[in-house]
Amino acid sequence: MANVFSNIGEWVSERAPGLMPVYRKHMTEYYAPKNFNIWYYFGSLALLVLVNQIVTGIFLTMNYDPSAAGAFDSVQYIMRDVEWGWLIRYMHSTGASLFFVVIYLHMFRGIMYGSYQKPRELVWLLGMLIFLVLMAEAFMGYVLPWGNMSFWGAKVIVSLFGTIPVIGKDLVEWIMGDYLPADATLNRFFALHVIALPLVLLLLVVLHLAALHEVGSNNPDGVDVKHGPKGNRWDPTKPADGIPFHPYYTVKDLVGVGLFLAIAAFIIFFQPTLGGWFLEHDNSVAANNLVTPLQIKPVWYFTAFYAIVRMIPSAMGTAVWGVLGMFGSIALLFALPWIDAGKVKSIRYRGTGYKVALTLFILAFFGLVFIGTDLTDDYFPKWFGQDIDITAWDNVFGRVLVLIYFGFFVFLWLYTHLGWEKTKPVPERVTTHD
Amino acid sequence: MIKRYISTFALAFGLLLGATTVMAEGPELPSAGTNLRDTASLQRGAHLFFNYCVGCHSLKYMRYERMADDLGLTQEEVMNNLNFTGAKFGDTVISHMPPDDAQKFFGKAPPDLSLEVSAKGPDWVFAYLNSFYLDPKSPIGWNNTVLPNAAMPFPLWELQGEQVPVMKPAKPGDDPEIEKLTLLHQGKLTTEQYQQAVRDITNFLEYVSEPAALQRHHYGIWVVLFLLGFTFLAYLLKKEYWKDVH
Repeated sequence: MANVFSNIGEWVSERAPGLMPVYRKHMTEYYAPKNFNIWYYFGSLALLVLVNQIVTGIFLTMNYDPSAAGAFDSVQYIMRDVEWGWLIRYMHSTGASLFFVVIYLHMFRGIMYGSYQKPRELVWLLGMLIFLVLMAEAFMGYVLPWGNMSFWGAKVIVSLFGTIPVIGKDLVEWIMGDYLPADATLNRFFALHVIALPLVLLLLVVLHLAALHEVGSNNPDGVDVKHGPKGNRWDPTKPADGIPFHPYYTVKDLVGVGLFLAIAAFIIFFQPTLGGWFLEHDNSVAANNLVTPLQIKPVWYFTAFYAIVRMIPSAMGTAVWGVLGMFGSIALLFALPWIDAGKVKSIRYRGTGYKVALTLFILAFFGLVFIGTDLTDDYFPKWFGQDIDITAWDNVFGRVLVLIYFGFFVFLWLYTHLGWEKTKPVPERVTTHD
Repeated sequence: MIKRYISTFALAFGLLLGATTVMAEGPELPSAGTNLRDTASLQRGAHLFFNYCVGCHSLKYMRYERMADDLGLTQEEVMNNLNFTGAKFGDTVISHMPPDDAQKFFGKAPPDLSLEVSAKGPDWVFAYLNSFYLDPKSPIGWNNTVLPNAAMPFPLWELQGEQVPVMKPAKPGDDPEIEKLTLLHQGKLTTEQYQQAVRDITNFLEYVSEPAALQRHHYGIWVVLFLLGFTFLAYLLKKEYWKDVH
């Protein structure tokens, strides 16, 4: 048997001699720093979830009907009459939310260890593009079940473009292909969700990885192993602190994959709606343009950005500032490699100011999620008394959080460009591994 | 390292459970206490539904055949006792009431209840069926504290009896508010029996909202255990491979 495989291998190698070198470059001879910690699981997990979304998505497509008249019914058909349809759909819906969990943690890792800094700016930019496309992909996917929250969510989110002066109103109609989210909207969102955006995502992921493997991975110490001493057991010219990605990190990632899948399976089998966080109750009602849900809000992974829109007041007769603020909050993340001129990459050796600022930034993000999901309607009266004006408190809290969010970038620019940061000495070589 | 994995898992798990409880919305309703594993309760709930509810409400996504399979009933039992419309065994449950008439009778067609529990939650349905009271001001004679001015008459009155509101001592100028409901006449069932009957209906509707829940619970534990076992083996493999990394 082994002989058959090696014969096939030889046969392929003779005809495509470039294949093995590519495999070696990216797997067995890609030398990754040996000190990756738990935060380094989320890249491979994101890839795993992407594959899950594509595979389960293909099977959903086989039974889904992208028409305003049939979409909602076809989802129930999948849930009840298609063999294992419920499992496929829950894997897809749970996967969507977990995609954002994984991506947010992956991004936080990048920020915390300065992985966006020189020479990895391109890796960061491509990653941010992936995040942007993923948001579009998730939004359009959310509209497809054509529940009432899908409908109203689509209406509200598309209406954001209506705040753009002069062309806004026409732009909204152009996007929806109708005056309201309707059949035309659903058809085009389906096309974009299942063909256009996944293709873009896959291309960007390939470029993200190619760019990463060109410069090499960062690590929790922020020490560039390529600049350290040379020579390891496998190659005298390669970094001493590097180990081959395969098999070392493939078997390590397998542990992360197992844990992640166990958590995912728990959700899929026991809490598929996760109490309304992953699948919202209002989406069990079919789309109805005459009945507005009590609260229109996006799914949790958009709520921080949605809260920014809500918290920025109208001025000069237009509400466009909130939308600009939302896009700005993402644009600033794109610009992070140039905003941060820090001499040191990893949080382990950065100044106290940076640590405090990053903590506040993360807390502000969670706070905005909290406000964006309207949880304040339940909790503010409990905390501050029944008679308070919730909207007023939302605005006070929310605006402080928006200021902290944007303040992080301003502070980081001043802190590093004006040389206020007092860093700790960075070791010559990576310090730990586990 | 294994300690760290376990603590990470525990943390993620804790966050998950926290998230599910935090999201409980709206005014807090008493728990319906439903249990999908209680097949007898599902059967009683189905029986009550087909005697008191199906006259107006359809379950347009629920097939008789699926119901028979999941509730441990035979084709004869379902077709003789629960099917009053001459539907085929493989058909879905469609009420006999013509939608146009329904619109005329109630001003609003009775909603399909296939996804009622998914949309509102079991506690809401349980509370709703406990909260009808006599209201002379309402055109149909009934009102409901959970869904004020509901267009629905109360078909279960012969079981529960008739409730009337007890008003809160009204401050001058305020609209009178209902403090609680009290039974004017006891129905055929005692209060405990009625609670159980309503719980059974809620349980049945919860099942109808997502029949796959029975399968989920059946397979779930084995899938999670398998994955935890897989993780442990992967961990041993990782340890073996990483022995020579210092």
